[in-house]
Amino acid sequence: MPRRAKLIPNAVAAKADTTTTASSADSKPGHELLLFEALREGLEEEMERDPRVCVIGEDVGHYGGSYKVTKGLATKFGDLRVLDTPIAENSFTGMGIGASMTGLRPVIEGMNMGFLLLAFNQISNNCGMLHYTSGGQFTIPVVIRGPGGVGRQLGAEHSQRLESYFQSIPGLQMVACSTPCNAKGLMKAAIRSDNPVVLFEHVLLYNLKERIPDEDYVLCLEEAEMVRPGEHVTILTYSRMRYHVMQAAKALINKGYDPEVIDIRSLKPFDLCTIGNSIKKTHRVLIVEECMRTGGIGASLRAAIIDNFWDYLDAPIMCLSSQDVPTPYAGTLEEWTVVQPAQIVAAVEQLCK
Amino acid sequence: MSSFSALKILPSHPIAGEYRRHSSPFHAAPASRLLRSSGANYLSSTSSVTAAGRPVRVLSANVVSNEKQIGSALAAITSKEALDLYEDMVLGRSFEDMCAQMYYRGKMFGFVHLYNGQEAVSTGFIRLLTARDTVVSTYRDHVHALSKGVPARAVMAELFGKTTGCCRGQGGSMHMFSREHNLIGGFAFIGEGIPVATGAAFSSKYRREVLKENCDDVTIAFFGDGTCNNGQFFECLNMAALWKLPIVFVVENNLWAIGMSHFRATSDPEIWKKGPPFGIPGVHVDGMDVLKVREVAKDAVARARRGDGPTLVECETYRFRGHSLADPDELRNPDEKARYSSRDPIATLKKYVLEHNLVSESELKAIDKKIDELVEEAVEFADSSPAPPRSQLLENVFADPKGFGIGPDGKYRCEDPGFTQGTAQV
Repeated sequence: MPRRAKLIPNAVAAKADTTTTASSADSKPGHELLLFEALREGLEEEMERDPRVCVIGEDVGHYGGSYKVTKGLATKFGDLRVLDTPIAENSFTGMGIGASMTGLRPVIEGMNMGFLLLAFNQISNNCGMLHYTSGGQFTIPVVIRGPGGVGRQLGAEHSQRLESYFQSIPGLQMVACSTPCNAKGLMKAAIRSDNPVVLFEHVLLYNLKERIPDEDYVLCLEEAEMVRPGEHVTILTYSRMRYHVMQAAKALINKGYDPEVIDIRSLKPFDLCTIGNSIKKTHRVLIVEECMRTGGIGASLRAAIIDNFWDYLDAPIMCLSSQDVPTPYAGTLEEWTVVQPAQIVAAVEQLCK
Repeated sequence: MSSFSALKILPSHPIAGEYRRHSSPFHAAPASRLLRSSGANYLSSTSSVTAAGRPVRVLSANVVSNEKQIGSALAAITSKEALDLYEDMVLGRSFEDMCAQMYYRGKMFGFVHLYNGQEAVSTGFIRLLTARDTVVSTYRDHVHALSKGVPARAVMAELFGKTTGCCRGQGGSMHMFSREHNLIGGFAFIGEGIPVATGAAFSSKYRREVLKENCDDVTIAFFGDGTCNNGQFFECLNMAALWKLPIVFVVENNLWAIGMSHFRATSDPEIWKKGPPFGIPGVHVDGMDVLKVREVAKDAVARARRGDGPTLVECETYRFRGHSLADPDELRNPDEKARYSSRDPIATLKKYVLEHNLVSESELKAIDKKIDELVEEAVEFADSSPAPPRSQLLENVFADPKGFGIGPDGKYRCEDPGFTQGTAQV
């Protein structure tokens, strides 16, 4: 199956001689919107295209979603297609799973991803496993989505990163969006996929603005995204940390480094081709993630790289993760919990010594 | 406790009428009054006493707990139906007995939960359903599968872990599924099937109201007394009532959750009473009597099909064997077991249909023989079926195997025959 590496115009820093220049962006009219609007656009298009697509979650209907991703959809599609549920995550997630096994394609929203911890039973036992334990008889084409990650002083329970908890569940796919363009594309791809897909959004990225194509497009769930090609070091990241990385990249470029930045996007499975090709070129890897250090996506990614690309490494893989602490409320403490651009710069300098 | 009498199952006025009195949540009170007016405080209306000396309520009442006869169940049972009910229950019993044998002979493994004694509930409900209706079960699911139409050989092969099993050997005893027969599980954790059942019912309503299909499919969720203390039960009662989903919640109250007596675990042991607080009619029925179960089931299923919403049916029943084949079953009182054995649903139905000349002794014997042969054949089939090959290991993990991702060479992993042979590396 031929794959083309896609260079996506990114929302922050771009390499000077990138093939996607400002002029080529102008030649495609496109339209500007914010990330949450891009998610909604993708969702709305899929709901128009396929009447079996429906939304289930708390305050998704009349309230329009706590981050406005489903705003206006209940008015357009009705209360049954955009279903306001009581506060019962485990049960309405299970309900979505049962509905998907009997012909519908629900998009289940966790008002905050952390709330889906209450649905762990259904996500692990039923969502991940039922296609297998039924011997392939039933498919579970659900999308489970919601905002997660560390926000601005939201407190420990609203600042969780569930990707590390869900990654071991067999049968589940996980993707993380980071730009309006990939948000819409991944939403559509996740809905069309016959696999259960968890789409991780980030609380702090909903208001990012970008110009996205007018024409219909769907991104590949299993592919990573090349943000900035480079020669010296491969920086693997996803979600909000992409922006900290690109901020660090500006400083690194000024210091004469040439980092290659890849937004891995597919948290499970990893796109070993894009990642591998990069490592074969640069021989140095830095992973920057928002997960906690212990058992996070970075930990798995490190293992996968060692398994597959050990011979290409000139230095040990470095991984910058959040501290293994419940996210504190105080602003200063919270800032020290997650990886900041200065740390990324220092890590690259050390890696490239 | 008096032995089962055929007269007890002859209601003297239409059940539907009595049922409607139960159906409004605000009429739940009369049932309690009737209970008390029958002269017994519910805790002492019985002769059974636990080992600890506390009185145990044995709910052997009719649908309405006074002694008034309710409608005529006789008219509803034809000879043909009688034979169908008998055959289904005998199939369930023989199959489970064979499972016990096979387990002790080392042909099936793990946790196996047998249904002996509870056949009236499965037969009473499931034989009323169409092929399109959905059944959601628990780990005690072999007989639900059989009643729904899954061939005995497919269930037996699944239990033997063979690739010809209904789930290709990947599910096992606690995970029976059949797309063809609309059997969704088989779930190992209690309660986790109830939301799935609620989802299946939601699908039915969605298809009718959004997709404008001619759909009135009903879902039946089976679960036990232990589950009724679990949050998922209450959350789903709420949602099903809220959206008037076409579902029937059937509680197979066999009084024991492994070694935990229902009365030690539950503040108010009358489970049927938990429906009305959610706006759902609650009905209690003698689950050892297939004809009574069937009458209640008819009404509950019809109610769901009409679009009037869910019903909670508590079937008082009993499992003759332990919780599973690994359970030494030391806590249950032998008197209690003896009392329920005397109400064996198969013996009961047999006595009834013979007394009322619905069928002949020889017809029943023919069924017994047929089932014996069927079950033997199922064992032979399972025995001679192949075990799953290594290449089956990674099949069915994903509906779309692209989910295994892209390998270092740029190709999807699922296109690599080395990968699909089932290595642990991903």
